[in-house]
Amino acid sequence: MSNWALILYCGLITYLTRFSMIALIKKEMFNDRIREILSFVPSAIFPAIIFPAIFINDKGLFEIDDNPKILAAIIAMVIGIFSRSIIATIFSGLASYWFLIFVV
Amino acid sequence: MKSNFKVFLKGIIDVSPLMIPVVPFGLIFGVLAIDIGFTPIETMAMSLIIFGGASQIVLLQLFSGGASSLVIISSVGAVNSRHLLYGAVVSEHLSDLKLIWKIIISYFLIDQAFAISNEYLKKNKDNNRYFHLVGGGATCWVIWQSTTFLGIILGAAIPEKLGLSFAVPLTFLALLVNDFRKLINVIVIIISGLVATLGYNYIPFKAYVIVAALAGLFTAMILTTKNKKV
Repeated sequence: MSNWALILYCGLITYLTRFSMIALIKKEMFNDRIREILSFVPSAIFPAIIFPAIFINDKGLFEIDDNPKILAAIIAMVIGIFSRSIIATIFSGLASYWFLIFVV
Repeated sequence: MKSNFKVFLKGIIDVSPLMIPVVPFGLIFGVLAIDIGFTPIETMAMSLIIFGGASQIVLLQLFSGGASSLVIISSVGAVNSRHLLYGAVVSEHLSDLKLIWKIIISYFLIDQAFAISNEYLKKNKDNNRYFHLVGGGATCWVIWQSTTFLGIILGAAIPEKLGLSFAVPLTFLALLVNDFRKLINVIVIIISGLVATLGYNYIPFKAYVIVAALAGLFTAMILTTKNKKV
């Protein structure tokens, strides 16, 4: 598939989830149970991006020794929990990562 | 009743504080897309056509890992499934609108605009209240397109040594900050992360995102059932 087709399909599926929200889905279609489960979607899916990006290196190998990303991510997480700020989380993570690779 | 323009303006003002984190998100996206090998025009088209931060970053992450198109598209779909949750809430406010407005508003219905307009829609019953949502969505659109553009320009100037790809897990980590305070969410996060990491090389077609997400949701299902019985 060409890059353009890929972009179009990803755009289409993103649009359709939004459109179905306001055009097709009615309040009574979701009971409390389904809503409760759906509220866990971010917690269920984002770690699948986060963890491999931290623990698996460019060669596809598991890397736990000498990996500054682990400590930087932990610092970012702690800052995030206390500040509840998206920006503070991202920048504290990047700053500690740069500190670890360039200074330490 | 306020004029359409005033409601639109109110949407812009209300959404503005939520735009601050969108700026680095858009920049990171632009820089990374160029870094991975997309052309500037393709990168700009992604922001224009998809117009969804999480969707676009997932696309980049899986594309650079060599995932197949089918896996990338279904993973983007899975990431977007969180939007279905909003449906029940927002559809009741917009049910009287003409189809054409539903088609237009759908394009602008992103997390930030939803978050602020949901409050407004609950309090206001004016017929033109949906202009608030359009105002918030349009603001986010302008910020997202301009930061993508800036990222494309900066991308050529930023050295690879900076390891900016690390900003991807950080951005998603940032989206979970409120969930780290809840025990069930933390367990779901750990299960999903472990399945994705351990399955990264073994789950075929790089479908590890979907498998991990299902494992996480299944865990949530079990834990919330138990919770109720207690």
